[in-house]
Amino acid sequence: MSEAILQARNLCKRFGGLAAVDDVSLQIQTGALHAVIGPNGAGKTTLLNLLSGDLPASSGTISYAGRNVTSWAPEKRSRLGVGRSYQITNIFFDFTVLENCRLAAQSRAPRPFQWWRNAASNETDLRRARYALDAVGLAPRAADLARTLSHGEQRQLEIAVCLATEPRLLLLDEPLAGMGAEESKVMIDLIARLAENHAILLIEHDMDAVFQLAKTLTVMATGRVLAAGTPEAIRANREVQSAYLGALE
Amino acid sequence: MTPISLPRPILLLAVVALALFPLAASTFYVQLGAKIMILAIFALSLDLLVGHSGMISFGHAAYFGVAAYALALISPKYEAANLWLTLPAAMGVSALAALIIGFFVVRTTGVYFIMVTLAFAQMLYAVFHDTKAGGGSDGIYIYVRPELALAGWKPLDLENPTQFYYLALIFLIVVYVFLNRVLQATFGRALAGIRLNEQRMRSIGFPVFAYKLGAFVLAGALAGLAGYLAACQFGFVNPDILAWQQSGIVLMMVILGGMGRLHGAVLGAFSYVVLQEALSAPPLVGAYAKHWQLALGGLIVLIVLSLPRGIGGLLDGTLRRKNRPGEIP
Repeated sequence: MSEAILQARNLCKRFGGLAAVDDVSLQIQTGALHAVIGPNGAGKTTLLNLLSGDLPASSGTISYAGRNVTSWAPEKRSRLGVGRSYQITNIFFDFTVLENCRLAAQSRAPRPFQWWRNAASNETDLRRARYALDAVGLAPRAADLARTLSHGEQRQLEIAVCLATEPRLLLLDEPLAGMGAEESKVMIDLIARLAENHAILLIEHDMDAVFQLAKTLTVMATGRVLAAGTPEAIRANREVQSAYLGALE
Repeated sequence: MTPISLPRPILLLAVVALALFPLAASTFYVQLGAKIMILAIFALSLDLLVGHSGMISFGHAAYFGVAAYALALISPKYEAANLWLTLPAAMGVSALAALIIGFFVVRTTGVYFIMVTLAFAQMLYAVFHDTKAGGGSDGIYIYVRPELALAGWKPLDLENPTQFYYLALIFLIVVYVFLNRVLQATFGRALAGIRLNEQRMRSIGFPVFAYKLGAFVLAGALAGLAGYLAACQFGFVNPDILAWQQSGIVLMMVILGGMGRLHGAVLGAFSYVVLQEALSAPPLVGAYAKHWQLALGGLIVLIVLSLPRGIGGLLDGTLRRKNRPGEIP
Protein backbone atom coordinates (compact mmCIF):
# COMPACT_ATOMS: atom_id res chain seq x y z
CA MET A 1 0.00 0.00 0.00
CA SER A 2 1.23 3.49 -0.82
CA GLU A 3 2.08 6.17 1.68
CA ALA A 4 -0.72 8.32 3.08
CA ILE A 5 -1.40 11.35 0.87
CA LEU A 6 -3.39 13.11 3.58
CA GLN A 7 -2.74 12.98 7.27
CA ALA A 8 -4.81 14.73 9.91
CA ARG A 9 -3.49 14.80 13.44
CA ASN A 10 -5.54 15.75 16.50
CA LEU A 11 -7.89 17.99 14.57
CA CYS A 12 -10.26 20.11 16.63
CA LYS A 13 -12.92 22.59 15.60
CA ARG A 14 -14.73 24.51 18.29
CA PHE A 15 -17.71 26.77 17.73
CA GLY A 16 -17.83 28.67 21.01
CA GLY A 17 -18.23 25.99 23.67
CA LEU A 18 -19.20 23.26 21.21
CA ALA A 19 -16.47 20.96 19.95
CA ALA A 20 -17.87 19.92 16.58
CA VAL A 21 -14.68 18.03 15.77
CA ASP A 22 -12.77 16.83 18.80
CA ASP A 23 -9.28 15.34 18.51
CA VAL A 24 -9.75 13.50 15.23
CA SER A 25 -6.80 11.84 13.51
CA LEU A 26 -6.94 9.91 10.28
CA GLN A 27 -4.96 9.19 7.15
CA ILE A 28 -5.96 8.57 3.57
CA GLN A 29 -4.06 6.53 1.01
CA THR A 30 -4.41 6.33 -2.74
CA GLY A 31 -6.33 3.23 -3.74
CA ALA A 32 -7.85 2.65 -0.28
CA LEU A 33 -11.15 4.44 0.05
CA HIS A 34 -11.63 5.79 3.54
CA ALA A 35 -15.22 6.22 4.70
CA VAL A 36 -16.35 8.34 7.63
CA ILE A 37 -19.68 7.31 9.10
CA GLY A 38 -21.64 8.39 12.11
CA PRO A 39 -25.05 9.67 13.14
CA ASN A 40 -26.26 13.14 12.19
CA GLY A 41 -24.38 15.84 14.08
CA ALA A 42 -21.32 13.63 14.55
CA GLY A 43 -19.11 16.29 12.94
CA LYS A 44 -18.45 14.51 9.63
CA THR A 45 -19.11 17.49 7.37
CA THR A 46 -17.20 19.82 9.71
CA LEU A 47 -14.26 17.42 9.50
CA LEU A 48 -14.46 17.55 5.72
CA ASN A 49 -14.60 21.35 5.82
CA LEU A 50 -11.39 21.35 7.85
CA LEU A 51 -9.67 19.04 5.37
CA SER A 52 -10.77 21.10 2.35
CA GLY A 53 -9.95 24.41 3.99
CA ASP A 54 -13.51 25.79 3.93
CA LEU A 55 -13.17 26.14 7.72
CA PRO A 56 -9.98 26.86 9.66
CA ALA A 57 -9.06 24.29 12.29
CA SER A 58 -9.02 25.38 15.95
CA SER A 59 -6.07 23.10 16.59
CA GLY A 60 -4.29 20.09 15.12
CA THR A 61 -2.43 19.71 11.85
CA ILE A 62 -3.24 18.62 8.32
CA SER A 63 -0.50 17.49 6.02
CA TYR A 64 -1.09 16.80 2.38
CA ALA A 65 1.48 15.28 0.03
CA GLY A 66 4.16 15.89 2.63
CA ARG A 67 3.31 19.56 3.23
CA ASN A 68 1.71 21.17 6.22
CA VAL A 69 -1.45 22.71 4.72
CA THR A 70 -3.29 23.42 7.97
CA SER A 71 -3.54 27.15 7.34
CA TRP A 72 -3.94 27.01 3.56
CA ALA A 73 -6.95 28.55 1.84
CA PRO A 74 -9.25 26.16 -0.06
CA GLU A 75 -8.17 27.49 -3.47
CA LYS A 76 -4.53 26.76 -2.67
CA ARG A 77 -5.35 23.20 -1.57
CA SER A 78 -7.45 22.73 -4.70
CA ARG A 79 -4.56 23.71 -6.94
CA LEU A 80 -2.45 21.08 -5.19
CA GLY A 81 -5.00 18.40 -6.04
CA VAL A 82 -7.62 18.42 -3.30
CA GLY A 83 -11.11 18.18 -4.80
CA ARG A 84 -14.31 18.21 -2.81
CA SER A 85 -18.00 17.75 -3.42
CA TYR A 86 -20.71 19.19 -1.24
CA GLN A 87 -23.58 17.58 0.60
CA ILE A 88 -25.92 20.34 -0.56
CA THR A 89 -25.49 20.64 -4.31
CA ASN A 90 -23.10 23.50 -4.90
CA ILE A 91 -22.82 24.09 -8.63
CA PHE A 92 -23.28 27.02 -11.02
CA PHE A 93 -26.99 26.69 -11.67
CA ASP A 94 -27.09 29.42 -14.33
CA PHE A 95 -24.30 27.89 -16.43
CA THR A 96 -24.62 25.00 -18.83
CA VAL A 97 -23.49 21.59 -17.64
CA LEU A 98 -20.41 21.79 -19.85
CA GLU A 99 -19.56 25.33 -18.69
CA ASN A 100 -19.69 24.18 -15.05
CA CYS A 101 -16.93 21.68 -15.79
CA ARG A 102 -15.03 23.89 -18.25
CA LEU A 103 -14.70 26.57 -15.58
CA ALA A 104 -13.42 23.99 -13.11
CA ALA A 105 -10.87 22.81 -15.69
CA GLN A 106 -9.85 26.41 -16.41
CA SER A 107 -8.68 26.75 -12.82
CA ARG A 108 -5.90 24.22 -13.50
CA ALA A 109 -4.09 26.68 -15.76
CA PRO A 110 -5.12 30.17 -14.70
CA ARG A 111 -4.78 32.55 -17.62
CA PRO A 112 -6.43 35.63 -16.15
CA PHE A 113 -4.56 37.88 -18.53
CA GLN A 114 -5.51 36.07 -21.68
CA TRP A 115 -8.10 38.74 -22.39
CA TRP A 116 -8.52 38.32 -26.08
CA ARG A 117 -9.39 34.65 -26.60
CA ASN A 118 -12.82 33.23 -26.04
CA ALA A 119 -12.58 30.97 -23.02
CA ALA A 120 -14.63 28.27 -24.77
CA SER A 121 -11.99 27.92 -27.48
CA ASN A 122 -9.44 26.32 -25.15
CA GLU A 123 -9.29 22.69 -26.21
CA THR A 124 -7.45 21.46 -23.14
CA ASP A 125 -10.11 22.80 -20.79
CA LEU A 126 -12.91 21.43 -22.96
CA ARG A 127 -11.32 18.00 -23.15
CA ARG A 128 -11.00 17.86 -19.36
CA ALA A 129 -14.59 19.04 -18.96
CA ARG A 130 -15.97 16.46 -21.41
CA TYR A 131 -13.91 13.73 -19.79
CA ALA A 132 -15.43 14.58 -16.40
CA LEU A 133 -18.95 14.60 -17.84
CA ASP A 134 -18.35 11.25 -19.54
CA ALA A 135 -17.13 9.79 -16.27
CA VAL A 136 -20.35 10.64 -14.42
CA GLY A 137 -22.58 9.88 -17.41
CA LEU A 138 -23.79 13.44 -18.02
CA ALA A 139 -22.31 13.92 -21.51
CA PRO A 140 -25.71 13.88 -23.27
CA ARG A 141 -26.83 16.86 -21.20
CA ALA A 142 -23.69 18.97 -21.75
CA ALA A 143 -25.53 21.84 -23.45
CA ASP A 144 -28.38 22.11 -20.92
CA LEU A 145 -28.54 24.64 -18.12
CA ALA A 146 -27.53 23.10 -14.80
CA ARG A 147 -30.76 24.24 -13.16
CA THR A 148 -32.81 22.16 -15.60
CA LEU A 149 -31.20 18.88 -14.46
CA SER A 150 -32.97 16.42 -12.16
CA HIS A 151 -31.78 16.21 -8.57
CA GLY A 152 -29.80 13.04 -9.29
CA GLU A 153 -28.16 14.60 -12.32
CA GLN A 154 -27.21 17.68 -10.32
CA ARG A 155 -25.53 15.37 -7.80
CA GLN A 156 -23.61 13.81 -10.70
CA LEU A 157 -22.62 17.27 -11.92
CA GLU A 158 -21.44 18.10 -8.42
CA ILE A 159 -18.94 15.24 -8.72
CA ALA A 160 -18.07 16.09 -12.34
CA VAL A 161 -17.14 19.68 -11.39
CA CYS A 162 -14.80 18.24 -8.80
CA LEU A 163 -13.33 15.72 -11.28
CA ALA A 164 -12.70 18.39 -13.91
CA THR A 165 -10.05 19.86 -11.59
CA GLU A 166 -8.18 16.53 -11.90
CA PRO A 167 -7.79 16.02 -8.16
CA ARG A 168 -5.56 13.42 -6.55
CA LEU A 169 -7.58 13.45 -3.36
CA LEU A 170 -11.38 13.48 -3.41
CA LEU A 171 -13.40 14.56 -0.40
CA LEU A 172 -16.95 13.41 -1.11
CA ASP A 173 -19.75 14.57 1.16
CA GLU A 174 -22.75 12.26 0.80
CA PRO A 175 -22.58 11.83 -2.96
CA LEU A 176 -25.60 9.48 -2.87
CA ALA A 177 -27.87 11.83 -0.91
CA GLY A 178 -31.33 11.95 -2.46
CA MET A 179 -30.46 9.67 -5.37
CA GLY A 180 -32.74 6.98 -6.75
CA ALA A 181 -31.65 3.33 -6.79
CA GLU A 182 -30.60 3.39 -10.43
CA GLU A 183 -28.65 6.66 -10.06
CA SER A 184 -27.03 5.37 -6.87
CA LYS A 185 -25.75 2.32 -8.69
CA VAL A 186 -24.11 4.47 -11.40
CA MET A 187 -22.53 6.67 -8.73
CA ILE A 188 -21.25 3.71 -6.66
CA ASP A 189 -19.66 2.20 -9.78
CA LEU A 190 -18.05 5.55 -10.55
CA ILE A 191 -16.65 5.92 -7.03
CA ALA A 192 -15.34 2.36 -7.14
CA ARG A 193 -13.52 3.13 -10.40
CA LEU A 194 -12.14 6.41 -9.07
CA ALA A 195 -10.98 4.69 -5.90
CA GLU A 196 -8.48 2.64 -7.88
CA ASN A 197 -6.24 5.60 -8.65
CA HIS A 198 -7.42 8.37 -6.34
CA ALA A 199 -7.30 8.88 -2.62
CA ILE A 200 -10.90 9.23 -1.46
CA LEU A 201 -12.55 10.27 1.76
CA LEU A 202 -16.23 9.40 1.62
CA ILE A 203 -18.96 10.55 3.96
CA GLU A 204 -22.09 8.53 3.36
CA HIS A 205 -25.22 7.36 5.15
CA ASP A 206 -25.94 4.51 2.75
CA MET A 207 -24.33 1.64 4.70
CA ASP A 208 -24.57 -0.85 1.83
CA ALA A 209 -22.57 1.52 -0.35
CA VAL A 210 -20.08 2.25 2.44
CA PHE A 211 -19.29 -1.39 3.16
CA GLN A 212 -19.10 -2.13 -0.55
CA LEU A 213 -16.61 0.68 -1.25
CA ALA A 214 -14.54 1.30 1.87
CA LYS A 215 -11.18 -0.27 2.64
CA THR A 216 -10.98 1.57 5.96
CA LEU A 217 -13.59 3.22 8.13
CA THR A 218 -13.72 5.88 10.78
CA VAL A 219 -16.81 6.02 12.95
CA MET A 220 -17.57 9.39 14.53
CA ALA A 221 -20.01 10.36 17.24
CA THR A 222 -20.38 13.79 18.88
CA GLY A 223 -17.20 15.06 17.24
CA ARG A 224 -14.97 12.21 18.39
CA VAL A 225 -13.61 9.09 16.77
CA LEU A 226 -15.56 6.18 18.19
CA ALA A 227 -13.74 3.50 16.27
CA ALA A 228 -11.49 3.08 13.25
CA GLY A 229 -10.38 0.10 11.23
CA THR A 230 -11.30 -2.29 8.47
CA PRO A 231 -14.97 -2.81 7.56
CA GLU A 232 -14.87 -6.27 9.18
CA ALA A 233 -13.47 -4.89 12.42
CA ILE A 234 -16.06 -2.10 12.48
CA ARG A 235 -18.90 -4.54 11.84
CA ALA A 236 -17.70 -6.62 14.76
CA ASN A 237 -17.25 -3.67 17.09
CA ARG A 238 -19.91 -3.80 19.81
CA GLU A 239 -19.61 -0.15 20.73
CA VAL A 240 -20.29 0.86 17.14
CA GLN A 241 -23.14 -1.60 16.86
CA SER A 242 -24.92 -0.18 19.83
CA ALA A 243 -24.21 3.46 19.04
CA TYR A 244 -24.94 3.45 15.39
CA LEU A 245 -25.19 0.39 13.20
CA GLY A 246 -27.62 -1.42 15.47
CA ALA A 247 -29.97 1.51 15.49
CA LEU A 248 -30.25 1.37 11.74
CA GLU A 249 -31.15 -2.29 11.46
CA MET B 1 -29.00 32.78 -19.66
CA THR B 2 -28.42 36.46 -20.06
CA PRO B 3 -26.90 37.42 -23.40
CA ILE B 4 -24.23 39.96 -22.47
CA SER B 5 -24.40 41.79 -25.77
CA LEU B 6 -26.47 42.17 -28.93
CA PRO B 7 -25.89 40.47 -32.30
CA ARG B 8 -23.26 42.15 -34.43
CA PRO B 9 -25.58 43.54 -37.18
CA ILE B 10 -27.62 45.43 -34.59
CA LEU B 11 -24.50 46.85 -32.97
CA LEU B 12 -23.20 47.95 -36.39
CA LEU B 13 -26.52 49.61 -37.12
CA ALA B 14 -26.35 51.46 -33.79
CA VAL B 15 -22.79 52.62 -34.52
CA VAL B 16 -23.83 53.90 -37.96
CA ALA B 17 -26.77 55.75 -36.44
CA LEU B 18 -24.52 57.31 -33.79
CA ALA B 19 -21.95 58.26 -36.45
CA LEU B 20 -24.57 59.97 -38.62
CA PHE B 21 -26.32 61.74 -35.72
CA PRO B 22 -24.16 64.93 -35.74
CA LEU B 23 -25.04 65.52 -39.43
CA ALA B 24 -28.68 65.95 -38.50
CA ALA B 25 -28.49 67.48 -35.04
CA SER B 26 -27.82 70.95 -33.66
CA THR B 27 -24.77 71.66 -31.52
CA PHE B 28 -26.83 71.33 -28.33
CA TYR B 29 -27.86 67.78 -29.19
CA VAL B 30 -24.38 66.84 -30.38
CA GLN B 31 -23.04 67.91 -26.99
CA LEU B 32 -25.83 66.03 -25.24
CA GLY B 33 -24.99 62.96 -27.34
CA ALA B 34 -21.34 63.16 -26.32
CA LYS B 35 -22.36 63.52 -22.67
CA ILE B 36 -24.56 60.41 -22.93
CA MET B 37 -21.76 58.37 -24.50
CA ILE B 38 -19.35 59.43 -21.75
CA LEU B 39 -21.89 58.40 -19.11
CA ALA B 40 -22.40 55.14 -21.04
CA ILE B 41 -18.68 54.39 -20.63
CA PHE B 42 -19.06 55.19 -16.92
CA ALA B 43 -22.08 52.86 -16.64
CA LEU B 44 -20.25 50.10 -18.56
CA SER B 45 -17.38 50.33 -16.09
CA LEU B 46 -19.74 50.05 -13.11
CA ASP B 47 -21.66 47.16 -14.67
CA LEU B 48 -18.40 45.21 -14.85
CA LEU B 49 -18.62 45.18 -11.04
CA VAL B 50 -22.38 45.16 -10.41
CA GLY B 51 -23.70 43.02 -13.25
CA HIS B 52 -20.77 40.81 -14.13
CA SER B 53 -18.91 40.28 -10.87
CA GLY B 54 -21.67 40.66 -8.27
CA MET B 55 -19.98 43.59 -6.49
CA ILE B 56 -22.45 46.39 -5.90
CA SER B 57 -20.23 49.44 -5.64
CA PHE B 58 -21.91 52.56 -4.32
CA GLY B 59 -18.79 54.66 -4.63
CA HIS B 60 -17.90 54.37 -8.26
CA ALA B 61 -17.95 58.14 -8.83
CA ALA B 62 -14.69 58.28 -6.87
CA TYR B 63 -12.69 56.84 -9.80
CA PHE B 64 -14.59 58.99 -12.30
CA GLY B 65 -13.86 62.10 -10.26
CA VAL B 66 -10.25 61.31 -9.45
CA ALA B 67 -9.37 61.14 -13.16
CA ALA B 68 -11.26 64.36 -13.84
CA TYR B 69 -9.29 66.09 -11.09
CA ALA B 70 -6.08 64.52 -12.37
CA LEU B 71 -6.64 66.17 -15.76
CA ALA B 72 -7.52 69.51 -14.17
CA LEU B 73 -4.44 69.44 -11.94
CA ILE B 74 -1.90 68.39 -14.55
CA SER B 75 -3.20 70.60 -17.38
CA PRO B 76 -1.07 73.70 -18.01
CA LYS B 77 -3.15 76.77 -17.32
CA TYR B 78 -3.09 78.52 -20.71
CA GLU B 79 -2.08 75.82 -23.16
CA ALA B 80 -3.49 72.51 -24.23
CA ALA B 81 -2.40 69.36 -22.42
CA ASN B 82 -1.38 66.39 -24.54
CA LEU B 83 -4.15 63.76 -24.49
CA TRP B 84 -1.73 60.93 -25.19
CA LEU B 85 0.08 61.71 -21.94
CA THR B 86 -2.68 63.01 -19.71
CA LEU B 87 -5.29 60.33 -20.50
CA PRO B 88 -3.09 57.37 -19.47
CA ALA B 89 -1.94 59.38 -16.45
CA ALA B 90 -5.51 60.15 -15.36
CA MET B 91 -6.64 56.55 -15.88
CA GLY B 92 -3.55 55.41 -14.02
CA VAL B 93 -4.44 57.58 -11.03
CA SER B 94 -7.97 56.12 -11.02
CA ALA B 95 -6.61 52.59 -11.29
CA LEU B 96 -4.22 53.26 -8.42
CA ALA B 97 -7.05 54.65 -6.27
CA ALA B 98 -9.12 51.56 -7.14
CA LEU B 99 -6.20 49.29 -6.28
CA ILE B 100 -5.69 50.85 -2.86
CA ILE B 101 -9.39 51.08 -1.99
CA GLY B 102 -10.15 47.72 -3.61
CA PHE B 103 -7.49 46.03 -1.51
CA PHE B 104 -9.67 46.75 1.52
CA VAL B 105 -13.23 46.67 0.19
CA VAL B 106 -13.04 43.56 -1.98
CA ARG B 107 -12.76 41.44 1.18
CA THR B 108 -16.30 42.39 2.15
CA THR B 109 -19.53 41.27 0.53
CA GLY B 110 -23.17 42.24 0.34
CA VAL B 111 -24.37 45.27 2.23
CA TYR B 112 -20.94 45.75 3.83
CA PHE B 113 -19.38 46.09 0.40
CA ILE B 114 -21.96 48.75 -0.50
CA MET B 115 -21.24 50.67 2.71
CA VAL B 116 -17.44 50.53 2.50
CA THR B 117 -17.29 51.58 -1.15
CA LEU B 118 -19.54 54.50 -0.25
CA ALA B 119 -17.41 55.41 2.77
CA PHE B 120 -14.17 55.48 0.75
CA ALA B 121 -15.76 57.58 -1.98
CA GLN B 122 -17.06 60.06 0.59
CA MET B 123 -13.59 60.28 2.09
CA LEU B 124 -12.22 61.30 -1.31
CA TYR B 125 -15.09 63.75 -1.67
CA ALA B 126 -14.13 65.28 1.66
CA VAL B 127 -10.50 65.58 0.57
CA PHE B 128 -11.43 67.61 -2.50
CA HIS B 129 -14.23 69.54 -0.80
CA ASP B 130 -12.47 70.52 2.42
CA THR B 131 -8.87 71.06 1.32
CA LYS B 132 -7.43 73.47 -1.19
CA ALA B 133 -5.75 70.63 -3.09
CA GLY B 134 -8.29 70.78 -5.90
CA GLY B 135 -9.64 74.28 -5.47
CA GLY B 136 -11.95 73.31 -2.61
CA SER B 137 -15.69 73.46 -3.11
CA ASP B 138 -15.27 75.94 -5.99
CA GLY B 139 -13.47 73.44 -8.15
CA ILE B 140 -11.04 74.12 -10.99
CA TYR B 141 -11.50 75.33 -14.56
CA ILE B 142 -9.73 73.68 -17.45
CA TYR B 143 -9.37 76.68 -19.75
CA VAL B 144 -7.91 74.84 -22.73
CA ARG B 145 -9.05 71.37 -23.72
CA PRO B 146 -6.41 68.68 -24.24
CA GLU B 147 -4.97 68.24 -27.68
CA LEU B 148 -4.97 65.04 -29.67
CA ALA B 149 -1.72 65.81 -31.46
CA LEU B 150 0.72 63.19 -32.65
CA ALA B 151 3.93 64.54 -34.20
CA GLY B 152 2.20 67.60 -35.59
CA TRP B 153 -0.83 65.69 -36.89
CA LYS B 154 -4.16 66.60 -35.23
CA PRO B 155 -6.87 64.12 -36.22
CA LEU B 156 -9.55 65.65 -34.01
CA ASP B 157 -9.97 69.11 -32.47
CA LEU B 158 -11.57 68.69 -29.08
CA GLU B 159 -12.65 72.34 -28.96
CA ASN B 160 -15.06 71.50 -31.78
CA PRO B 161 -18.23 69.84 -30.31
CA THR B 162 -18.77 67.59 -33.32
CA GLN B 163 -15.20 66.34 -33.30
CA PHE B 164 -15.35 65.82 -29.56
CA TYR B 165 -18.53 63.79 -30.14
CA TYR B 166 -16.63 61.48 -32.47
CA LEU B 167 -13.84 61.08 -29.93
CA ALA B 168 -16.41 60.00 -27.32
CA LEU B 169 -17.99 57.62 -29.84
CA ILE B 170 -14.62 56.03 -30.62
CA PHE B 171 -13.90 55.51 -26.93
CA LEU B 172 -17.38 54.07 -26.33
CA ILE B 173 -16.86 51.55 -29.14
CA VAL B 174 -13.39 50.63 -27.88
CA VAL B 175 -14.63 50.10 -24.30
CA TYR B 176 -17.66 48.10 -25.46
CA VAL B 177 -15.66 45.80 -27.71
CA PHE B 178 -12.93 45.41 -25.08
CA LEU B 179 -15.39 44.45 -22.32
CA ASN B 180 -17.25 42.11 -24.65
CA ARG B 181 -14.02 40.22 -25.28
CA VAL B 182 -12.85 40.28 -21.68
CA LEU B 183 -16.15 38.91 -20.42
CA GLN B 184 -15.98 35.94 -22.77
CA ALA B 185 -12.34 35.22 -22.05
CA THR B 186 -11.15 33.23 -19.04
CA PHE B 187 -11.02 36.30 -16.79
CA GLY B 188 -14.65 37.21 -17.48
CA ARG B 189 -15.86 33.63 -17.09
CA ALA B 190 -14.14 33.43 -13.72
CA LEU B 191 -15.88 36.67 -12.68
CA ALA B 192 -19.22 35.20 -13.75
CA GLY B 193 -18.49 32.11 -11.66
CA ILE B 194 -17.61 34.28 -8.66
CA ARG B 195 -20.87 36.20 -9.06
CA LEU B 196 -22.87 32.97 -9.03
CA ASN B 197 -21.02 30.97 -6.40
CA GLU B 198 -17.95 32.38 -4.72
CA GLN B 199 -17.46 29.46 -2.32
CA ARG B 200 -17.42 26.88 -5.11
CA MET B 201 -14.98 29.00 -7.10
CA ARG B 202 -12.57 28.80 -4.17
CA SER B 203 -12.99 25.09 -3.79
CA ILE B 204 -12.20 24.49 -7.47
CA GLY B 205 -9.03 26.53 -7.07
CA PHE B 206 -9.70 30.13 -8.12
CA PRO B 207 -7.91 32.88 -6.17
CA VAL B 208 -11.16 34.82 -5.80
CA PHE B 209 -9.59 37.85 -4.10
CA ALA B 210 -7.17 38.46 -6.96
CA TYR B 211 -9.89 38.18 -9.58
CA LYS B 212 -12.21 40.55 -7.71
CA LEU B 213 -9.42 43.06 -7.14
CA GLY B 214 -8.49 42.83 -10.83
CA ALA B 215 -12.07 43.59 -11.83
CA PHE B 216 -12.21 46.47 -9.34
CA VAL B 217 -9.06 48.07 -10.73
CA LEU B 218 -10.17 47.60 -14.35
CA ALA B 219 -13.57 49.14 -13.55
CA GLY B 220 -11.81 52.03 -11.80
CA ALA B 221 -9.55 52.69 -14.78
CA LEU B 222 -12.50 52.69 -17.22
CA ALA B 223 -14.48 55.01 -14.92
CA GLY B 224 -11.37 57.18 -15.04
CA LEU B 225 -11.59 57.28 -18.83
CA ALA B 226 -15.18 58.51 -18.55
CA GLY B 227 -14.22 61.07 -15.90
CA TYR B 228 -11.37 62.35 -18.03
CA LEU B 229 -13.67 62.83 -21.04
CA ALA B 230 -16.32 64.51 -18.85
CA ALA B 231 -13.74 66.98 -17.54
CA CYS B 232 -12.64 67.61 -21.13
CA GLN B 233 -16.17 68.29 -22.23
CA PHE B 234 -17.25 70.60 -19.42
CA GLY B 235 -13.92 72.29 -18.87
CA PHE B 236 -14.61 72.30 -15.16
CA VAL B 237 -14.37 69.97 -12.17
CA ASN B 238 -15.78 70.36 -8.69
CA PRO B 239 -16.23 67.95 -5.77
CA ASP B 240 -19.81 67.12 -6.79
CA ILE B 241 -18.54 64.80 -9.55
CA LEU B 242 -17.30 62.34 -6.94
CA ALA B 243 -20.11 62.76 -4.44
CA TRP B 244 -22.43 59.90 -3.57
CA GLN B 245 -25.24 61.35 -5.71
CA GLN B 246 -23.10 60.75 -8.79
CA SER B 247 -22.44 57.15 -7.67
CA GLY B 248 -26.18 56.74 -7.19
CA ILE B 249 -27.02 58.09 -10.64
CA VAL B 250 -24.64 55.75 -12.45
CA LEU B 251 -25.94 52.80 -10.40
CA MET B 252 -29.45 53.83 -11.42
CA MET B 253 -28.37 53.84 -15.08
CA VAL B 254 -27.02 50.31 -14.75
CA ILE B 255 -30.19 49.04 -13.08
CA LEU B 256 -32.46 50.91 -15.49
CA GLY B 257 -30.65 49.42 -18.49
CA GLY B 258 -30.46 45.90 -17.08
CA MET B 259 -27.51 44.61 -15.09
CA GLY B 260 -25.08 42.21 -16.72
CA ARG B 261 -25.74 43.41 -20.26
CA LEU B 262 -23.28 45.64 -22.09
CA HIS B 263 -26.03 47.16 -24.23
CA GLY B 264 -28.05 47.59 -21.02
CA ALA B 265 -25.48 49.97 -19.54
CA VAL B 266 -25.53 52.05 -22.72
CA LEU B 267 -29.33 52.08 -22.93
CA GLY B 268 -29.53 52.92 -19.23
CA ALA B 269 -27.29 55.97 -19.61
CA PHE B 270 -29.25 57.05 -22.70
CA SER B 271 -32.67 56.62 -21.08
CA TYR B 272 -31.69 58.34 -17.87
CA VAL B 273 -30.28 61.44 -19.55
CA VAL B 274 -33.08 61.68 -22.11
CA LEU B 275 -35.74 61.32 -19.41
CA GLN B 276 -34.01 63.89 -17.27
CA GLU B 277 -33.76 66.34 -20.18
CA ALA B 278 -37.37 65.81 -21.25
CA LEU B 279 -38.81 66.12 -17.77
CA SER B 280 -36.89 69.31 -17.03
CA ALA B 281 -37.72 71.07 -20.33
CA PRO B 282 -40.42 73.75 -19.86
CA PRO B 283 -41.58 73.51 -23.51
CA LEU B 284 -42.45 69.85 -22.92
CA VAL B 285 -43.80 69.75 -19.39
CA GLY B 286 -44.52 73.41 -18.63
CA ALA B 287 -44.40 74.49 -15.02
CA TYR B 288 -43.66 70.94 -13.86
CA ALA B 289 -40.14 71.28 -15.26
CA LYS B 290 -38.74 72.42 -11.92
CA HIS B 291 -40.06 69.24 -10.26
CA TRP B 292 -38.26 66.99 -12.74
CA GLN B 293 -36.61 64.93 -9.99
CA LEU B 294 -40.00 63.91 -8.62
CA ALA B 295 -41.24 62.82 -12.05
CA LEU B 296 -37.96 61.09 -12.93
CA GLY B 297 -37.94 59.21 -9.62
CA GLY B 298 -41.52 58.07 -10.14
CA LEU B 299 -40.83 56.95 -13.69
CA ILE B 300 -37.74 55.01 -12.65
CA VAL B 301 -39.74 53.21 -9.95
CA LEU B 302 -42.36 52.31 -12.56
CA ILE B 303 -39.78 51.07 -15.06
CA VAL B 304 -37.89 49.01 -12.50
CA LEU B 305 -41.12 47.45 -11.20
CA SER B 306 -42.46 46.58 -14.64
CA LEU B 307 -39.11 45.58 -16.18
CA PRO B 308 -37.12 43.68 -13.55
CA ARG B 309 -34.46 42.89 -16.18
CA GLY B 310 -34.20 46.51 -17.22
CA ILE B 311 -34.68 48.10 -20.60
CA GLY B 312 -31.88 45.98 -22.09
CA GLY B 313 -33.68 42.89 -20.81
CA LEU B 314 -36.49 43.57 -23.28
CA LEU B 315 -34.13 42.47 -26.03
CA ASP B 316 -33.10 39.19 -24.33
CA GLY B 317 -35.67 36.91 -25.90
CA THR B 318 -36.11 38.33 -29.38
CA LEU B 319 -32.47 38.79 -30.22
CA ARG B 320 -30.97 35.74 -28.58
CA ARG B 321 -28.76 33.71 -30.82
CA LYS B 322 -29.01 29.96 -30.68
CA ASN B 323 -26.19 28.55 -28.61
CA ARG B 324 -24.14 26.05 -30.43
CA PRO B 325 -22.95 23.16 -28.26
CA GLY B 326 -19.74 24.12 -26.55
CA GLU B 327 -20.33 27.80 -26.98
CA ILE B 328 -20.49 29.82 -23.84
CA PRO B 329 -24.05 30.92 -23.23
